[in-house]
Amino acid sequence: MEQQFEGVRGADTLDIASVREDFPFFAAQDTAYLDNSATSLCPECVIRTVSEHYLREKASPFRGLYPLSVQITEAYEAARETVRGFINAPEAAEVIFTRNASESLNLIAYSLGSHILRPGDEVLVGITEHHSNMLPWRMAAERTGAKVRYLLCEPDGTYREETLREALNGRTKILAITHCSNVFGRVNDLRRFAELCHANGTLIVADGAQSVPHMPVDVQELGVDFLVFSGHKMLTPMGIGVLWGRRALLEEMPPFLTGGEMIDAVTTDEIWWAPLPQKFEAGTVNTGGALALAEAIRYLGRVGFDRIQKREADLTRMLVEGILDTPHVRLIGSQDPAEHHGIAAFTVEGVHPHDISAIMSDGGVCIRAGHHCAQPLHQHLGIPSSSRASVMFYNTEEEIGRFLTVLRSIRGAMGYAE
Amino acid sequence: MPSNTYYNEILTEHNLHPEHKHALPGANTALRGVNPSCGDDITLQLKVEDGVIEDGAFVGDGCAISQASADMMLDLIIGKPKEEALRLADIFIRMIKGEASEEEIDELEEAGALQDISHMPSRVKCAVLGWHTVEEIFKKK
Ligand SMILES: Cc1ncc(COP(=O)(O)O)c(C=O)c1O
Repeated sequence: MEQQFEGVRGADTLDIASVREDFPFFAAQDTAYLDNSATSLCPECVIRTVSEHYLREKASPFRGLYPLSVQITEAYEAARETVRGFINAPEAAEVIFTRNASESLNLIAYSLGSHILRPGDEVLVGITEHHSNMLPWRMAAERTGAKVRYLLCEPDGTYREETLREALNGRTKILAITHCSNVFGRVNDLRRFAELCHANGTLIVADGAQSVPHMPVDVQELGVDFLVFSGHKMLTPMGIGVLWGRRALLEEMPPFLTGGEMIDAVTTDEIWWAPLPQKFEAGTVNTGGALALAEAIRYLGRVGFDRIQKREADLTRMLVEGILDTPHVRLIGSQDPAEHHGIAAFTVEGVHPHDISAIMSDGGVCIRAGHHCAQPLHQHLGIPSSSRASVMFYNTEEEIGRFLTVLRSIRGAMGYAE
Repeated sequence: MPSNTYYNEILTEHNLHPEHKHALPGANTALRGVNPSCGDDITLQLKVEDGVIEDGAFVGDGCAISQASADMMLDLIIGKPKEEALRLADIFIRMIKGEASEEEIDELEEAGALQDISHMPSRVKCAVLGWHTVEEIFKKK
């Protein structure tokens, strides 16, 4: 009762004690989990949705003519509608369920790539991109004779408008760019990027893997042509992701995977593709994943997305300021906590990131070490690799404190005098 | 908070002040060893005369474990015949797998300080990088 009272009292602050109870992870592990941008934890309600679905009502959607199949088809389509509302897409048919952001990006690069890229055309790819938003474009370029060029960011991770203006030319067909960088934590002004691209006849593909879980993303307001994200970074199990695209483009694009469920009719000579969204969802779909994602979206709504954002901003400030205060530690990107959106990548002078993460793990803290699937970005910054701590609303000040305590001990543990 | 079990003084000392981390002008054999997933990257240089390792050194980058392990290894194998270096490499690799006896680990002298790495599967590759590189050099010949 007391907890509920607290929740009511702090109407604009989140009731962390009751939120922590929603995540059985915390009772099972005593580690401070600060690798949330790799994958988030799951609240019990999301897992229960999946298990109830598979235990009590499993049947194949779309195919069966019996009531259970119809009911599951409806639940799956209702989940699509929930996702549509979450990103404010114009229509649910534009929301395609995939396995993850990577699959969504591969789908776009393959299908849109083969549809519009011709020899000599250019795809502009942000240097900040995760390999998932870089390699599919390189493969598409190889198949079509187009060329990948890189849009370079400043050392603090910002993209200057002039850089984009100069990079766009008559042959630039696509810009592939992240909404929020998984290394810098910086959010790009995609609305402005989209205006510049569209004025140049260029399509813009946005990677929302790190933004959609943490801030309201409205595809119509952003003005991009495609947006992708992964469920597992926003409270679901692995294996469900989303691709949103404009209807006109999705309709022109050829299918990616072919097979069951994605056709209207097939003869030995001819194929009639199914309408959207089925055209892009070959094979038996991940009903449990879609229901999980819809439940995760409802959970975020119950906790309150504005409260989540505020809490994540507070936690990020503590994390970033603590890193900035630690001698011999260099924060990658902006020195302003407000620019980090839960993500703080850093280096410790004289200590390799793998040693940092091993000492962190001895101290009961999980963080990421390496290049975070953004190797070309690290090359651009002249850093071989880095460490990264990332927070989510369910983290506590105590956990960040534990991280900072270990951080301050690292040079000493490695034999440095200070 | 559990202690940093394997970042002991021997390891950190060899990492911060590696005696053998430099180019070796008189080297007559060299081989690069890389762990692509971690970014450990060393080049081992040896001066081998009549089957005896007269001198050795390494250059490169990587985590403390890879760098300290290569340095300790050179302490141990310089002045020894190549067969002896291969025998020690075998003991070291078995130690990291948790399969070497106490007597064998004693033969590794300071390199025995890395035995706890056997509990950290993700760091095994770092510890054995130098030793694998020595094996490669001599098994090729
Ligand atoms: C910015 C960004 N894009 C794409 C991905 C790929 O996501 P997934 O591995 O879920 O496909 C990630 C996560 O690793 C990411 O951080």
